[in-house]
Amino acid sequence: MSRTIDAVVSPTQTNTIPADISGQMLDLDEDDDLEVFSKDLTLADGNMFNASMPTSPGSMVNQCKFEEDEESDSKDIFITVDNPESHVTAIETFITYRVLTKTTRSEFDNSEYEVRRRYQDFLWLKGKLEDAHSTLIVHPLPEKFVVKGMVERFNGDFIETRRKALHKFLNRIADHPILSCSEDFKVFLSAQAWELTTYKKQGPGFLSRMGETVRAVANSVRGVKNRPEEFTAIQEYVEDFSNKIGSLDKVTQRIVKEQKEYLEELKEYGPTYTLWSGSEEELAEQLKGVAGCIERCCKETEEQVGHLSDTLVPVLHEYVLCAETLKAVLRRRDNIQAEFEAKNEALATKKVDRDAESSDLGFVWGSLLGKNPEEARHQRQERLDGEIEELKEEIDKLEDRVEWANNALKGDWGRWQRSMRGDLKSAFLSTAEKNVDYYEKCLAVWETFLLSQRTEPSEETDRDNTP
Amino acid sequence: MMADSGPKEVAVIGNTELTSAELDNNIKNTMVEIEKGTSLLRKLEISVAEAEKRTGKNTVNMQEIYTVYLIETRPVDALTEGITPDSLWRRYSEFELLRNYLLVTYPFVVVAPLPEKRAEIVWHKLSADNMDPDFVERRRVGLENFLHRVASHPVLCNDNIFNIFLTEQDKDWKEMVYETGFQAKADSRLKAVNAAFRVKNPDGRFTELKHYSDELQTVLSQLLRVRARVADRLYGVYKVHGNYGRVFSEWSAIEKEMGDGLQSAGHHMDAYAASVDDILEEEEHYADQLKEYLFYTDALRAVCRKHELTQFELEMVALDLACKKQQKEELVTGTVRTFSLKGMTSKLFGQETAEQREAKLQVLEQQLKEGEEAVKEKNTESDEFVKTAWVDIERFKDQKDRDLKEALISYAVMQISMCKKGIQVWTNAKECFNKM
Repeated sequence: MSRTIDAVVSPTQTNTIPADISGQMLDLDEDDDLEVFSKDLTLADGNMFNASMPTSPGSMVNQCKFEEDEESDSKDIFITVDNPESHVTAIETFITYRVLTKTTRSEFDNSEYEVRRRYQDFLWLKGKLEDAHSTLIVHPLPEKFVVKGMVERFNGDFIETRRKALHKFLNRIADHPILSCSEDFKVFLSAQAWELTTYKKQGPGFLSRMGETVRAVANSVRGVKNRPEEFTAIQEYVEDFSNKIGSLDKVTQRIVKEQKEYLEELKEYGPTYTLWSGSEEELAEQLKGVAGCIERCCKETEEQVGHLSDTLVPVLHEYVLCAETLKAVLRRRDNIQAEFEAKNEALATKKVDRDAESSDLGFVWGSLLGKNPEEARHQRQERLDGEIEELKEEIDKLEDRVEWANNALKGDWGRWQRSMRGDLKSAFLSTAEKNVDYYEKCLAVWETFLLSQRTEPSEETDRDNTP
Repeated sequence: MMADSGPKEVAVIGNTELTSAELDNNIKNTMVEIEKGTSLLRKLEISVAEAEKRTGKNTVNMQEIYTVYLIETRPVDALTEGITPDSLWRRYSEFELLRNYLLVTYPFVVVAPLPEKRAEIVWHKLSADNMDPDFVERRRVGLENFLHRVASHPVLCNDNIFNIFLTEQDKDWKEMVYETGFQAKADSRLKAVNAAFRVKNPDGRFTELKHYSDELQTVLSQLLRVRARVADRLYGVYKVHGNYGRVFSEWSAIEKEMGDGLQSAGHHMDAYAASVDDILEEEEHYADQLKEYLFYTDALRAVCRKHELTQFELEMVALDLACKKQQKEELVTGTVRTFSLKGMTSKLFGQETAEQREAKLQVLEQQLKEGEEAVKEKNTESDEFVKTAWVDIERFKDQKDRDLKEALISYAVMQISMCKKGIQVWTNAKECFNKM
């Protein structure tokens, strides 16, 4: 994805699309943007630049033109996660990681930031991004804790694995054209600990979030009725992919296990030859040679297993989590569509209501109140008309929302597939290369030994002939 | 390397001083000159060609299934004329009988071991069954090797019983063996243990050899066990990769761009998983070579025991002689140096008469003469044994060093072959991944 790097937009223009997307905005009318923004006040609390707001489909069309190649030379933000440290408070013990950011992006005040973040903060960021962009694919975070329990949290390997995964997580977001523009992301990277805490407290209150959750649940229960074919196709793919990647994850972990057990036995094997050499005269040197070869092969095996654990296992595991993320994204898209469909149905019902003859009950009620039946009917008509207008407005908005969600997902889907192919290809390639390297090294070890034996040609032919 | 079998390798084992002309003259001659110890193997091609199952009644009149092995023999020169070999069937128990006979009859020889009766040190549970074709096959090879070892031994190859075992079906070979009375000659285990315990001056080399055999047995057992475990684990690693093959194949079905690469990578993973079977089969040969020498340690210890027994008997006879000499001296001088019942009784009941003493002296003189003869005999026997045994032990040592050296080299070759296969598979897989 090539983006223009330094097209700066001054802070006062924060109600337009973020600067680094603007390169794609070739024929966009700025006024349209402003219009869209001023209509959309659902979550705004006066904050002009709130990237958690969905933008109009029109502007998203351009954003979704992600190009094939994502070169790192157009990267304008570099993030590292390192330096885990343990913090002990009265209540708890936790680990923080240093997050170092170097950037030339304009929305950042400085070009370098160094902050410390704990896992919870990453979780928060992920949540915010998913809320704001419910149908974009956010790279998964490493899991909360290992099944074995609390003690594992402070194990060196676990911390290192987690650190690497967190590093990848942030970099994925930085690479994402939309997610990297998120204000939450910016705050995460730059704010000091207390600033972050304050910032986290903002945003929609608990009750409104509850309301949203209830609606979401209701919609998911209702289900979507007219899912477009392409999303069904994606869903089927995701199901299959999830199975396959899960299997690969298991197979790879099994291989690691078997290799480790092989290594254990090998470690006993070599010394036995050395032991034997102690009883021999003529054979002693040769036996020691064999023992030496086995020991060197042991080291190579150890390295190979390490490589597998460091390179292939984490990537497969990541994509197992990705598959779950994809399923969630598809569900959310479905819910958005379901909500839209529900409102449509409500509108249809209301229309039927309005067009139907006044019901007797309404007439009776009206007469009880001493109202003129004509007037009552008229009032009723007006009321229903008003409600219908309201509904139509809401439906318009929801329709926009559905279209936006679909486009976002489609765009990101292509992007995700490319990432997935790239990541898995490179992980398997690396594994195959390492295996070749492993066998080449072992080959050299044994060939050297053979050379040192200086066998006679006749004996060699004997060997070739024996079955 | 197992003992030679093919005609072109005939000249390697044993003495090489016969010219080809003399070789031609000795076609039918199986009893060759003893001084040079030329081996039978140069005259006769021996092979254990097949194995078959038979049913029959055993000693307690119950039906049993057993395996018989076909022994084929053919004079070396006749090969080019396409003469069919002589053949006969023998079962494992007959091999055992032959070996026991040889052990007793030639106690100074380190007699080659037989292959396992029952599969013991196995890496794969499947081959623990005696009826398993792989086990039977490996036993067949082991029996052939045993015959080659015996036939190439300068002394053993001349043995009549052995030759009949190889060539003549009609005679009741078993009867013949029993008729040699070898079983009577066999030393009882108890005697041997007793001797080992009480011998005072065994030849230091034999004591060393005994220690060596014990060490070798321990280390080879351990080596074979660990090797079997390593093989087991290696098997596991390779076979799990087969799962990659299956999953890649299934996954390729849902991918458009990666499909081809994945599919072909999967094939290579299958090939990788399958390759371990051949690798481990080859390693079994190596393990068998080690096993032969593990079992050889029993033969080594047997020779050492025989020496201890002979030496002990010599010591006993010498002691007896010394004792008699002392008795004579006491009788002659009338002094009693050591405590003895005779001394006591003579003190208590008075000394004997002159005639009695004379009679006793005569008996003692006779005994002394016999004793000295016995000592001389035993001495010769012991010296003879030590000499011939040590010649054979040196022969064995050379054979062992040669064979094991080659076994280790072949092991290295196997490892190289395995690495090369691995390089090929993973290079291919890498190509496929590149296409993803």
